[in-house]
Amino acid sequence: MSGVLVFVEHADGELDRLSREALALGASLAAAAGGPLEAVLVGPGADRAAAAIGPAVSTAHLVSDDRLDAYAPAAWAAAIVELIESRSPSAVLAGGSDRGNEVLAHVAARTARPMAANVVSVSVGDTWRLTRQRWAGSLLEDATLDADVRLLTVAPHSVPVAESDAAASAPTPPTIAPFQPAVHEPDLVARVIGHEAPEAGTISLTDARVVVGGGRGVGSVEAFATLEELAGLLGGAVGGSRVVTSAGWRPHSDQIGQTGLRIAPELYVACGISGAIQHIVGCKAARRILAINTDPESPIMGVADYAVIGDLHQVVPAISAEIRRRAAGPG
Amino acid sequence: MEILVCVKRVPATGGRITLTPDGQEIDTRFLGFTVSPHEECAVEEAVRIVEAQGGSSAVLTLGPSVAEEQLRDAMAIGIDRAILLETDGREFDPVATAAAIVDVVRAREAAGAPFDLILFGNEAADSGDFQVGIRVAVALGRPVVTGTKSLTLRDGAVVARREAPAGGWETYELPLPAVVSVKEGLNLPRYPSIPGRLRAKRKEIERVEPAWSSTGPVKLGLRLPEEQGAQVEILGRGPEAASDVVDLLVKIGILAS
Repeated sequence: MSGVLVFVEHADGELDRLSREALALGASLAAAAGGPLEAVLVGPGADRAAAAIGPAVSTAHLVSDDRLDAYAPAAWAAAIVELIESRSPSAVLAGGSDRGNEVLAHVAARTARPMAANVVSVSVGDTWRLTRQRWAGSLLEDATLDADVRLLTVAPHSVPVAESDAAASAPTPPTIAPFQPAVHEPDLVARVIGHEAPEAGTISLTDARVVVGGGRGVGSVEAFATLEELAGLLGGAVGGSRVVTSAGWRPHSDQIGQTGLRIAPELYVACGISGAIQHIVGCKAARRILAINTDPESPIMGVADYAVIGDLHQVVPAISAEIRRRAAGPG
Repeated sequence: MEILVCVKRVPATGGRITLTPDGQEIDTRFLGFTVSPHEECAVEEAVRIVEAQGGSSAVLTLGPSVAEEQLRDAMAIGIDRAILLETDGREFDPVATAAAIVDVVRAREAAGAPFDLILFGNEAADSGDFQVGIRVAVALGRPVVTGTKSLTLRDGAVVARREAPAGGWETYELPLPAVVSVKEGLNLPRYPSIPGRLRAKRKEIERVEPAWSSTGPVKLGLRLPEEQGAQVEILGRGPEAASDVVDLLVKIGILAS
């Protein structure tokens, strides 16, 4: 088909943000390669996700087999390998998520093809040239990828997604193509057998509109209470640098950075964070960064849009107090 | 329980990265070397499992002769032995790296000393390819799970937990032999003791010459991303800046006016 196939993740029908980024890059590659953009979706709710996938996708392949409802990376990859054989795309893309990287690596391993992870841009030609992230984005690599089917995952938050892409009211919704893959028992050995829901009422760091992050300067578990208070007032979530999670001041799942989460909130408030590159790669996709730091020369100032020079232990409570004062009304 | 842990020697970057003049490598003249935090956790986990259940552990790396340093670091905290797939300095792509590791694992198996569990870091700190562990598992026909943040062994199986895409946790159970890639947060790695360092210094390292091949992607060069270039606007100093901060929060639509 000389087109592009995108593995699209969704949560019970709701499109994953990183998959939308993969679709956006996929659309431009399909146009350059002169073929259609197709998608493959697995799991319960795939039909609803396919309906919301946007007009750029011509066909959405829905993998329909109950045995694949629970995530099983090898079996999901096997289904994609089957589609590759029948559709002959020039590239298969996935989002730069745990699952995107994992499923595509299985596809690569099973078909003995190279795979480029965390790609930020691609130039289509006889030999495809691409730019990909190293060091979680602190460094870029220009490379060539020579393969009949190029397997690429898209670096998180590196490709802009037009809001209209998500429009459910697409003028021409994609053709829905249910597809029953061959399922081999050994591929189902590694599969999700249990799920623990997140604590009720918690806002996840990757979804939060505002993230308040703490670093070494916070100094203790107790001092995070002031960050929690500010995050609460802003409807946001609290995260931390690697120093903070290694010291046990926050659980590791709150780590923002190379070995933790990549976030992309509207506003990131960096409190007492000096700004090592390993942290910056985790927060630089924020639309705006406000740094609160005693040191005006700290590296975080190089990426911040706004800054308050001062001790976070005084500045953060003062901001919370000012928000409360204004909320209480004049007088 | 026989465990193999695979690690990769990488420069310890902290501040700015500087490249060599030809743009092919990071300038490491003033840098120390380490392994990624994910891999430190993999090493610690192997030591803990053997402490609790018996058996033995081995650490493996593919890299230049000086990567011996990272193997000794792992032995200093309790890994029993080390294998160096010694390269001539050329970069091995993920396919070649996985193939070299598979050769070692198969040779062990043929010699009657198979590994029950092979641990990797989720991705290398430098190249971030996210695939070597999976390629090794697929070639060996073993089940694999990545992104693991908690790992328990029971009755010939490994139970792995990782963060679920929509929040919360998901669980996998793989029969051994298996391959598991882990993430930082799995445990808190210990520091090596002085006696541990001395013991590690005296240990033999098995050296194997891996076969180089190139499947891709083929690196043309490295470059630093463009600076975002935004000039920081200082809103004020100390708690007196609070009013200006709240004005900003209203202006950018975070707070209702």
